[in-house]
Amino acid sequence: MGRGKGKQTRTGWAMVAAAGVFIGVFGYWPTIQAFLLSFQTGKGINLKFNGAANYRRLLGDATFWVTAGNTLLYAAFVIPIMILAAMIIAVILNDPVMKYRGVYRTCIFLPCVTSMVSYSILFKYLFSLDGIVNHLLMALHLVKRPVAFIQDPLWAKFVVIVALLWRYTGYYMIFFLAALQNIDPCVYEAAKLDGAGTGQTFCRITLPLLKPIVFLTGIMALNSILQLFDEVVNLTDGGPGNATRTISEYIYDLSFRYVPSYGYAATVSFAVFILVVAITLIQKAVLRDRD
Amino acid sequence: MRSKQMKNKRRSLRYGVRHIFMLLISFLSVFPFLWMLVSATNSSAEISMGKLLPGTRLVENLRNAFEAADIGRAFLNSVYVSVMVTVLSILVCSAAGYAFAIYRSRATEIVFLILIASMMVPFAAKLIPLYRIFANMHLLNNYWAIILPAIGAPFLVFFFRQNSESFPRETMQAARVDGCSEAGIFLRIYMPMMRSTYAAAAVFSFMAAWNNYMWPLVALQSEEKYTLPLMVSNLAGGFAPDYGMIMVGIVISTLPTIFIFFVLQKNFVEGILGSVK
Repeated sequence: MGRGKGKQTRTGWAMVAAAGVFIGVFGYWPTIQAFLLSFQTGKGINLKFNGAANYRRLLGDATFWVTAGNTLLYAAFVIPIMILAAMIIAVILNDPVMKYRGVYRTCIFLPCVTSMVSYSILFKYLFSLDGIVNHLLMALHLVKRPVAFIQDPLWAKFVVIVALLWRYTGYYMIFFLAALQNIDPCVYEAAKLDGAGTGQTFCRITLPLLKPIVFLTGIMALNSILQLFDEVVNLTDGGPGNATRTISEYIYDLSFRYVPSYGYAATVSFAVFILVVAITLIQKAVLRDRD
Repeated sequence: MRSKQMKNKRRSLRYGVRHIFMLLISFLSVFPFLWMLVSATNSSAEISMGKLLPGTRLVENLRNAFEAADIGRAFLNSVYVSVMVTVLSILVCSAAGYAFAIYRSRATEIVFLILIASMMVPFAAKLIPLYRIFANMHLLNNYWAIILPAIGAPFLVFFFRQNSESFPRETMQAARVDGCSEAGIFLRIYMPMMRSTYAAAAVFSFMAAWNNYMWPLVALQSEEKYTLPLMVSNLAGGFAPDYGMIMVGIVISTLPTIFIFFVLQKNFVEGILGSVK
């Protein structure tokens, strides 16, 4: 038996080895390099260590703060609206008396099958000067001239937010539906017998039971919005000016569009990394609290 | 009796309001799709004029997309990269996830946590080091630059470990008694038994590879190597874009995922929910 155990241990490690090597080489090694890079300055490949110079530059970099502000603005608008909508839709779809539930669910989930690049371009055209949204607004006499959605700093942010809501609400709805299906129907029967109304049932029973899902989806959405790239590049290209640029697009620009300054780009990316780690740790702590 | 009638009336009113709400949301969700499909059959000028009815330009748009822009090659490039990533990452990650669940010890748990922790690293942080690694290996503008970093997917390792908990240990013991090797248990018993887990992981992996944009944008430089997202993005970014042709490109890049969605809907949802289990 002892020998068998040893063989099993070896088999176990052998099966883990490939994944370990790949994650090590293409996950950890670049991360360590990025960390070292974040302390180096210079153009292109001529780099030398320069202490915390990059980090000092970061604090005074107006573009960084603009892009960070944009990124957080998207998060602040998209996450609450999206989660509330996903929850309300899921609760309605979970009611067995409701007809055509399957059809509604399929329709609302459909946007999730589009690739980030595709739906961003679709939204760029929907909201362009000669796009369908402007045609509609003109036909309804709501505006006299087409609105320059993509060219206006404020409207451009609005379009990014609308696009994100369109693409991801159905995606997060799935998590709420799954959680609702796990709630014992007896709970609702009992509430009904006690004479609880729809509003009361929702506030007193459904909402507390969904709290962990609200938290989970909130963290997931925050994590992905902090890394938002594909959408802004293809919808507005960060413009007009820097009005819609995100941190990830700024990192890309610093590395591959402007005169390459790899060291500083790595510093900016580490700022995002620290944010993501902080959020993940908060998530873990709260989840542990729950258990 | 009267109050019951009132109650029924209020009830049907409530459901009526809900249906209106759901119809509105469903319409908003589906409309961009319909517009995309309709626009693929219209000319650029017709699309700019706000035409909402199917037109007669589908063949012309298709010809433009396949001849002028070579969407066909981009499609094949995307299929090649996505299938390679899906197959290799699932082989590598399912073996690891299985081992972490079945041959569990204190040491494997620590290694597991270390591997999983790499999920937190935003891709943008690895962009420059990866670029330099592949430049040194002379693999830029080569599909291996896209495939290799995607093989070790921490999420898939996690997903397979979670799902392997349900793999019955009695089956394993019985197989061992029958003289089946450890590798044989994985290949001949575990793999066929866990079909639906594999399907969900495949959907997840394929979608991620199919939609991947940021890293291919950096790693692939020549147009004949472009994957679909790069090609479509490139077409849309040019001066005086041909809307009809681009719509065809968008439809084509959405077809495989729509197909997966309707055929493997259950696995699709499982793949999404896998992250919460």
